[in-house]
Amino acid sequence: MSLPSRVDYTPEAAELLLKLTKINGPLMFHQSGGCCDGSSPMCYLKGEFRVGGSDVLIGEFIITDIAEPIQIWMSATQFEYWKHTHLTIDVVTGRGGGFSLESPEGKRFLIRSRLFTDQEWALLENSPVTTGA
Amino acid sequence: MTDFVAPGQPGSKVTYLQRYDHWINGKYEAPDSGQYFENVTPVTGKVFCDVARGNAKDIDKALDAAHAAAPAWGKTSATARAIILNKIADRMEANVEAIAVAETWENGKPIREALYVDIPLAIDHFRYFAAAIRAQEGSAGELDQDMVAYHFHEPLGVVGQIIPWNFPILMAVWKLAPALAAGNCVVLKPAEQTPVSIMFLMDIIKDLLPDGVVNIVNGFGVEAGKPLASSSRIAKIAFTGETTTGRLIMQYASENIIPVTLELGGKSPNIFFADVAAENDAFYDKALEGFTMFAVNQGEVCTCPSRGLIDTKIYDKFLVDVTARTNAIKQGHPLDLTTMMGAQASNDQLEKILSYFDIGKKEGAKVITGAERADLGGELSGGYYVMPTIFEGKNNMRIFQEEIFGPVVSVTKFDGFDNAMEIANDTLYGLGAGVWTRDMNTAYRAGREIKAGRVWTNCFHAYPAGAAFGGYKASGIGRENHKMMLDHYQQTKNLLVSYSPNKLGFF
Repeated sequence: MSLPSRVDYTPEAAELLLKLTKINGPLMFHQSGGCCDGSSPMCYLKGEFRVGGSDVLIGEFIITDIAEPIQIWMSATQFEYWKHTHLTIDVVTGRGGGFSLESPEGKRFLIRSRLFTDQEWALLENSPVTTGA
Repeated sequence: MTDFVAPGQPGSKVTYLQRYDHWINGKYEAPDSGQYFENVTPVTGKVFCDVARGNAKDIDKALDAAHAAAPAWGKTSATARAIILNKIADRMEANVEAIAVAETWENGKPIREALYVDIPLAIDHFRYFAAAIRAQEGSAGELDQDMVAYHFHEPLGVVGQIIPWNFPILMAVWKLAPALAAGNCVVLKPAEQTPVSIMFLMDIIKDLLPDGVVNIVNGFGVEAGKPLASSSRIAKIAFTGETTTGRLIMQYASENIIPVTLELGGKSPNIFFADVAAENDAFYDKALEGFTMFAVNQGEVCTCPSRGLIDTKIYDKFLVDVTARTNAIKQGHPLDLTTMMGAQASNDQLEKILSYFDIGKKEGAKVITGAERADLGGELSGGYYVMPTIFEGKNNMRIFQEEIFGPVVSVTKFDGFDNAMEIANDTLYGLGAGVWTRDMNTAYRAGREIKAGRVWTNCFHAYPAGAAFGGYKASGIGRENHKMMLDHYQQTKNLLVSYSPNKLGFF
């Protein structure tokens, strides 16, 4: 049985990711924490943000018409506090957010969350995660 | 009719330009792209001016101006620079109401905070660093009879500064004042959510600074902030924001081998020991207010006391009392002096707060009060308002661990001192904390035990110049708000001088 996904996207997010891919090239996400625009998923050109052993890969989006999978990363320390929740990357009207690529479009990626079901958590709890090391 | 007339209306203290260009080399410069973006007031959700959409070419132009100005500015006397900083402070003081209204209109904060806190603190900040640079001295170390080590402070040169949107003027001044006092030239990138407050201020003080000493480029982070942060032509980058961008800025800085200062937020515990409720007196009243400080600036403060830790011995009574205090918060038009809580700064910020109401409830946290969007009616219906919110839950819930950046406090109880410290330190962040007790020993021990850069003791949310502010752990690197900040903007030059006429005898 395959593992449940930790992170998904809404159709609106997919549409924006397709647009951003056409403008910029292959993409990645790193989930932010902290002040101001924190707690937001930051969207960068693939490889722009250097991940390492202190980051975990929480998912990979394979989206129709986008050639390269979009990896979603998070700090390992932050993941410890987030790992019991399923995340969905959505889009709202907005502006700004560090150097994230969507702000010139008047859009902002936003995380929506729910608790994993008991069944999902039973499968995920002890499953290993990939780091950027 | 509000106490202060909204910008653009007859009788207002503020008239914005229709369109704001960049401020480069002492004059307005149109953006290279010819493009502008719309600037929205969160008070009503309506556009009130257009702002230059900067790119790498605009940043380069600003860096050209800063580099041209840097040699002369860096050689001015500390006295000359201090006089200019004091003049800026005086000019701001003479225009405090207009500046406060401008900031409120762009950011959404209540005018009483802008008028009585943010702008007066900004004014004082210029005066503090004017004084600090006058009083700063190098040193002469007599290493032996013939050798003396002289230490001089020299400016770094041209520095980059990226400003957040929660205090568009005060956060800019926290960075500008020490940088200018130390003799640096600055290229500053405001937040795209609040690009104009600092332009409004610049327009008021523009004749006081030599051309090119302060340059402001607006635009989106990815288009203007990134070229500034990654430029090989800055000697330092200062950033207030969040962790991922903070790491990216460090990554760019590592490519150029330049220092960074970062302030990246927190999840500040506000701890109430049982003895605060020993009497129903002025101090107890002060503690209730201290708890309610989570609503200051709509919670959009890096040090928002967003985790309320309450001694189990007084938990039920204290929670009832602080809930009553929270429910007495007056929301309303930000330009009314009696309004205590205004609008969240942007639509996406509003959406993020609502998403945390959602996950808080899903994780089983109990809503004590609030947790909904607020509709204040009339023209404010289009603005971004939420109710002040108290959740009750456990410290491992996400609403206890993530900076919501809204008027939201998550409360939990603790049993004894050690348990309080354990919960307080169970966080990725370490920017601020509050400790409330009548016992000075408890206060001291707690203050030293908490891993945070600022521990307010029997107070909260005071930001006087002279008290160092900055983070432990993931909350950042460096300090602001103190004369030690000068070090973050200066090089150390050592002249090692031999006064001996005789050779060593080696060769």
